[in-house]
Amino acid sequence: MTAEAPVLDVRNISKSFGGIKAVDDVSFTVNRGEILGLIGPNGSGKSTLFNCILGQSRPDKGKVEVNGKPVLGMRPCDLSKRLGVARTFQMLQVFPQMTVLDNIILAGQEHSGTMLGRLMGASDAGLTESADRLIAFFRLGHLRDELAGSLSYGQQKLLDAAMAFMAGPQLVLLDEPAGGVNLTMLEHLKDRLSTYNRENGSTFVVIEHNMEFVMSLCTRILVLANGAIIAEGSPEEVRANPIVIEAYLGS
Amino acid sequence: MALWRNLALVAGLVVLVLAPFTQATYGTYVLCSWLIFAIAAMGLNLTLGYAGQISLAQASFMGIGAYTTALMTMAGIHWIFSVFAGMGLCFVVGLVLGYPALRVQHHFLAFITLAFATLAFLVMRNEDWLTGGVYGLVGIPRPDFGPISTMSQRSYYYFTLVVFLFAFAGFRWIVRSPWGRAFKALRENPIRANSLGVDTRLITLLAFAIGAAYGGLSGSLMAPLVQYIDPMSFTLIISLKILLMVVVGGSGYLFGPLLGAGLVIMLPEFLRFAESYYLMIYAGLVVILMVYCPTGLIGLIDKTAAAFKAKRVARGDLGQGAQL
Repeated sequence: MTAEAPVLDVRNISKSFGGIKAVDDVSFTVNRGEILGLIGPNGSGKSTLFNCILGQSRPDKGKVEVNGKPVLGMRPCDLSKRLGVARTFQMLQVFPQMTVLDNIILAGQEHSGTMLGRLMGASDAGLTESADRLIAFFRLGHLRDELAGSLSYGQQKLLDAAMAFMAGPQLVLLDEPAGGVNLTMLEHLKDRLSTYNRENGSTFVVIEHNMEFVMSLCTRILVLANGAIIAEGSPEEVRANPIVIEAYLGS
Repeated sequence: MALWRNLALVAGLVVLVLAPFTQATYGTYVLCSWLIFAIAAMGLNLTLGYAGQISLAQASFMGIGAYTTALMTMAGIHWIFSVFAGMGLCFVVGLVLGYPALRVQHHFLAFITLAFATLAFLVMRNEDWLTGGVYGLVGIPRPDFGPISTMSQRSYYYFTLVVFLFAFAGFRWIVRSPWGRAFKALRENPIRANSLGVDTRLITLLAFAIGAAYGGLSGSLMAPLVQYIDPMSFTLIISLKILLMVVVGGSGYLFGPLLGAGLVIMLPEFLRFAESYYLMIYAGLVVILMVYCPTGLIGLIDKTAAAFKAKRVARGDLGQGAQL
C-alpha cells in the first residue's frame, strides 16, 4: 500500500429497502491504478452499493469520497465533470441513432470549455482526434461512421465501455461489462481494459458475474453476500476461500 | 454524394428565388406561408425531433411572436426590434414551459403543453385591452428597410426568404454544434447522457426555449404578412398542423420540416379540384405516407436514393469472422 490517499473511499455504507438490508455497513478503499472486482450472488447488494457510490441512491448511513471529495447529493453530470468519475450500466447504454464517432465525442465534449463556447466555437477542436485514438485503441475503426444501433451486441458493449474512457476519468465503475459478450470478444475486452489500466494508471471498480473474466482482470476482489463483505483478497485467495465457495454454491 | 447534395441545395435555392415569378399574388402568399410555417416547424423539430421533447404549443409561441410584433409595430417601433422582443419573450416562456419536462415525459408532457396552449389562447382571446380579444388586431404595418418597402407581395416574399435563410443557417449551426449532439443524446438516452457529463436539465430547457424562439420568429413574420391577427390563428389545431409538418417531413432531419411544411401548406392547394373531398384525400395520403414511411418524406427520399445506390455491406465486421 502506498501512502497516497485512496481514489475511492467508501465508509460504513448502509442502505435498507423496507425491512431488507440491501447493504449493511460496508467499508472499503480503492487505490490509484487498482482494478477492484466486486462479486457476489444475485441480490447481494452490488448494484445498491454502486448506486450509493455514484450518488444516485442516498445511503441511510455512511459516506463516500472520491479523491477526498464527498460524492453524496451530486448530480451524475457533475460527478463526471468535477470528480472525473465515469460509469457504465448493467444494461447496454449507447446512443443508437448516432454514429460510433459521435457516441465517443459526446462522451468527452462536456468536459472542456463552456456551454456557450460549445455552441459558438470551432465545434470539435481536438475532440475528433482523441476520439479517433480511442476508437483505434478499442479497435472499432472499421465501424467509426456506422450508427451505433447497427452494431452487433458485443460491439455495442465495447463501444459502451470505450465511451467511459473518453474524458480521461480518474475512476471508472463498470457494471457487468462482460454480460452477454461472446468468448472471443471477451478476451478482446479484457485485454483492452487491462492495457488501458496499465498505460494510464486509471482506477477501475468492476461488477461482474463472469468469474473467469473477473479473476483474470482484477488485482483485488471483494465478495459480497447479503449486503456485507464476506471475503477480500487476490483472485487466488478468493478462489480458494471456503466461505466464498459456500456462498456461491450453497452449503 | 456531397456534390449531389450541394447541387440539390443550389437548385432548391434557385427555385425559391424564382418561384414568385411563376405565381400571382395569391400563389406568392402561399409560398410566404410555407416559409413562415417552415420556421415554426424547424423550432418544433429541435424540441421534438432532435431533443425528443413533445410539445403541442408551437402555435402559441407563434401567437406570442405575432402579438408582440403587431403591438410594437403598430406603436411605431420598427419590426426589427419587435422580432427580437418577440423571440426573447418566447425564449423565456419556453424556458418556463421546459420545467415540467424535467419531471414528466411523453404523453404527460403532451398534456402539460396542451394546457399551456389553452392558457395562451385564453389570454389572447380574453385580454381585450391588450390583444383586441376575439376581434384581434387590424392594420399591422409591413416593415420598410430604408428605401426598400415590403408592401408588395413579392417583396414581402423576398424579405421572408432572407429571414428564413438566416433562421435555417442558425438552425443548421446549432444542430451541427456539440449542442446538437447533446440534444440527440438527450433524446436517445438521457440517463447515459447525464452520466457522461451532459447537463440534461439545461439541455432540456434549452430545447424548449430555442424551439419556442423559432415559433416566435415565425409569428413575427406572420403578423405583417396577413396584417391582421386574431386568436383563432394560434389554436391547438394550428399546433397540431405544425406537429404534422415535422412528422410528415421527417422528424430529426435538417430538411424534414421544410418539406413537411411544403406538403401541409401546398397539398390542399393542389387538391382544390376535389372540392369538398379534398380533406379526405389529404388525410388518406398522410396515412399512406406514415404507414409506408414512418420517417417521413426525408425517409422516403433516402429510401429512393438507396435503391439507386450500390448496396453496402450491412455489417462490415462479418467479413472479419469472429475477430470481434
